[in-house]
Amino acid sequence: MNLNRRSFLQMTALAGGGFALGLYEMPWAQAQRGGRLPNLIPASFIRIAGDGTVTLMAKSPEIGQGVKNTLPMMIAEELDVNWKDVRVEQADLNEQLYGGQSAGGSTSTPNNWQPLRRVGAAGRQMLIAAAAASWGVDAGGCTTQSGRVLHAASGRSAGYGELAAKAATLPVPALDQVKLKDPKDYRIIGTSQPGVDTHAIVTGKPLFGIDVSLPGMLSAVIVKNPVFGAKVKSANIDEVKNLPGVRHVLVIEGTLQLGSFIPGEPGMEPGVAILADTWWQAQSARKSLKVDWDLGPGATQSSEGFQKKAAELLKGSPANTVRSYGDADGALKSAAKVVEAVYAYPFIAHGTLEPMGTTAVYKEGKLEMWATSQAPPGGRALVAKAMGIPESDITVHMCRIGGGFGRRLMNDYMVEAAWLAKQVDVPVKLLWAREDDIAHDSYRPGGTHGLKAGLDAQGKLVAWKQHLITYGDGKRIVSGGGIGADEFPSGYAPNYGLYTTAMPLILRCGPLRAPGGNAYAWVGQSFLDELAAAAGRDPLEFQLEILSSTPIPIPGQENQPKGPRDLNPERLAGVLKLVAEKAGWAKSKKGTPGRGFGIAAYFCHQGYFAEVADVSVDKSNKVTVNHVWAAGDVGNVIINPQAAESMGYGGVVDGLSQMAQEITLEEGAVQQTNFHQHPLMRMRQVPPIEVYWRKTDFSPTGLGEPTLPPILPAVSNAIFAATGKRIRTLPMQKSGFSWA
Amino acid sequence: MPLKLTVNNVVTTVDVAPDTPLLWVLRDVLNMKGAKYGCGMGICGACTVLLAGKAVRSCMTQVSTAAGQPITTIEGLSPDGLHPVQVAWEALDVPQCGYCQAGQIMAATALLAHTPHPTDAEIDTAMSGNLCRCGTYPRIRQAIHQAAQAGAPAHKS
Repeated sequence: MNLNRRSFLQMTALAGGGFALGLYEMPWAQAQRGGRLPNLIPASFIRIAGDGTVTLMAKSPEIGQGVKNTLPMMIAEELDVNWKDVRVEQADLNEQLYGGQSAGGSTSTPNNWQPLRRVGAAGRQMLIAAAAASWGVDAGGCTTQSGRVLHAASGRSAGYGELAAKAATLPVPALDQVKLKDPKDYRIIGTSQPGVDTHAIVTGKPLFGIDVSLPGMLSAVIVKNPVFGAKVKSANIDEVKNLPGVRHVLVIEGTLQLGSFIPGEPGMEPGVAILADTWWQAQSARKSLKVDWDLGPGATQSSEGFQKKAAELLKGSPANTVRSYGDADGALKSAAKVVEAVYAYPFIAHGTLEPMGTTAVYKEGKLEMWATSQAPPGGRALVAKAMGIPESDITVHMCRIGGGFGRRLMNDYMVEAAWLAKQVDVPVKLLWAREDDIAHDSYRPGGTHGLKAGLDAQGKLVAWKQHLITYGDGKRIVSGGGIGADEFPSGYAPNYGLYTTAMPLILRCGPLRAPGGNAYAWVGQSFLDELAAAAGRDPLEFQLEILSSTPIPIPGQENQPKGPRDLNPERLAGVLKLVAEKAGWAKSKKGTPGRGFGIAAYFCHQGYFAEVADVSVDKSNKVTVNHVWAAGDVGNVIINPQAAESMGYGGVVDGLSQMAQEITLEEGAVQQTNFHQHPLMRMRQVPPIEVYWRKTDFSPTGLGEPTLPPILPAVSNAIFAATGKRIRTLPMQKSGFSWA
Repeated sequence: MPLKLTVNNVVTTVDVAPDTPLLWVLRDVLNMKGAKYGCGMGICGACTVLLAGKAVRSCMTQVSTAAGQPITTIEGLSPDGLHPVQVAWEALDVPQCGYCQAGQIMAATALLAHTPHPTDAEIDTAMSGNLCRCGTYPRIRQAIHQAAQAGAPAHKS
């Protein structure tokens, strides 16, 4: 097969008419790039060889969310080829060619839905034009099917491969001018297509970052103290250097600034790097490493201290008003019933099953990297800055990634690998040991919420006040620790106040799958369940009533149009009704001793999910989840249904795991080291999960995140139904419960 | 110290410290990247391989104890990727990120070799040593039943 460049469909860069970068990129990447606007070039996504082989590029990092299928499926649909004839290739990092290449915020589907279908349609249009020109017929009389152009009037047809050379000489249509298929004609979008890497995975082929192997490569671990920012005073480097296989032992001074605020990318953490011929030699050598640490200011912190401080701050006036309208205090005074509660949850780690790592080669001032980043554009920018070399001198290959969950939006391990490669002049594969991974995460920040709400005599919500104690320095809040002004029931409670107060933290935080939502859904939906109980009402009916009320105009924002990032109450009510129907809510809602059902819903990342949990609680408060029902609304089409259902399972299982996880600090040191102390749900603990879709007339959006948040309150509410005990502190063990 | 290993029916000699975990001999010496490192403590199961037909955690198995016994890894499960467990895994598109799946497949293979038609409870018991961070458990359960119906072969060793 001749795959030389000349036999490919070639297209020139589109002038103008490109897609705004803002459509593509997460805010941090956008800021780092200075807002330049790249155009999409169809030739960079589609290659058609003379023999008809179609190769489509997968542009974004694959972390298990399935974009290596869904994004090329969008192109293939409009190109009109058979999916089975398509080969998918992972693109290297090149945002000028491919547009945004970060995977975060469940944005891959919504941001690529228009442009990638249009790339495919542009390719199809050029192949039709090539056929029409060859045959001397009107392009309007030509159709396509399964990788061929057909001309019904003359009975002629030609394969795309035969037309590719001619098509490459034709002008490229403007992407906003191409005609897209009627969705009823879809043959790929909306059909289940197994992962393009699944065969390689089940046969054990090297795919992941950890699998990269280069000639002469050394493997590295970096030993860090479990106190964030602890510096190396001295270490027995010479002794460790003499151990079997060890080639280098390097002290990393680090570049952290340990103030009262630690950003998501705080700089290099200090430590001692051990580089050896094999990873096990490096990891074994750490047992002989003796480091005298300067623990620094982080060592003054403890989880207990933070809890005490949060309790004090809750008693005082909030430092910051996120939103306030109406007269919440007045309404609380005149309310028939007032309910108050404090909800608290801990730091938790991401614990991707593939630990952090990157492979790097530094040669003559240039870097080549094999990255495991969800945000490789940001990673390259960070490496360029840290190493003082231009981004254009850094080549980044994107490996398949053993889990992201937001951890890999941070790129600290990329900088470490680049730095090590420069020190030793040979290829370096950095792989964090699990204990370093757990102790040096960008943690989901813990938080404490003081809540107070009022009900009128009819049991209607009349006021809601919420005060979040989070972490920050007064001006800034840590990554993942802020709360949005639209947090439900903001805009629906007649009188409302949302406030924050931050306390300093010397620890790195960052986004974890459904950042904000993974905690705030649990707080808000649990408290709403408390209110329904206080009002003696069914929680589903109580929430549907709130969603059916006319949204309160926010002062100063009365005329702002609602967009896909704004809550559409009809869609949230829709998934609540659907899940209630599927779970038989009306019949099952009443808990019997030891058995209960809970319901919760949440809108985030442009997706709507409602979930019902059926739980049993035994006499020693061991919890078994018997069954989960989930209903989602992510628009008018589910692109890859079987994989989408799997994402539903994934969000539910992940949320269940979070209920028993915590990271704690003692004298600044992270106390957890591995999965036995920061557990994941196991097979025997995972219930049957049913996932249903409510299709609505909106463009499709992502599934990485919105599936997760409702399961935590659904389970908490079910435990309340079964036991009358309310979980207001996570992990659940702190409230007296544990998984069976 | 040279050690003789039989990996996927091929006899090979490796010269490593005898207490090196089998996982790192497979990955870094024999360049077989299928088995994965997840925890290093035998609690996640990503490194699962078969030793004389039994599922073991290769991160906790010293290479010296594996010498002289047949070792089967994901790469040697079938010559063509058509072992019934692999076929079922592919048909149901079990993986999400895919990192734990080699271990899951090896654990499932060991289960089916001894229990050709496992109940859900037997699957739960046999598979609860293998963590999946993405939550593919419902699919794994389905795939094991499907492989059982197709008739996974008893492991030859």
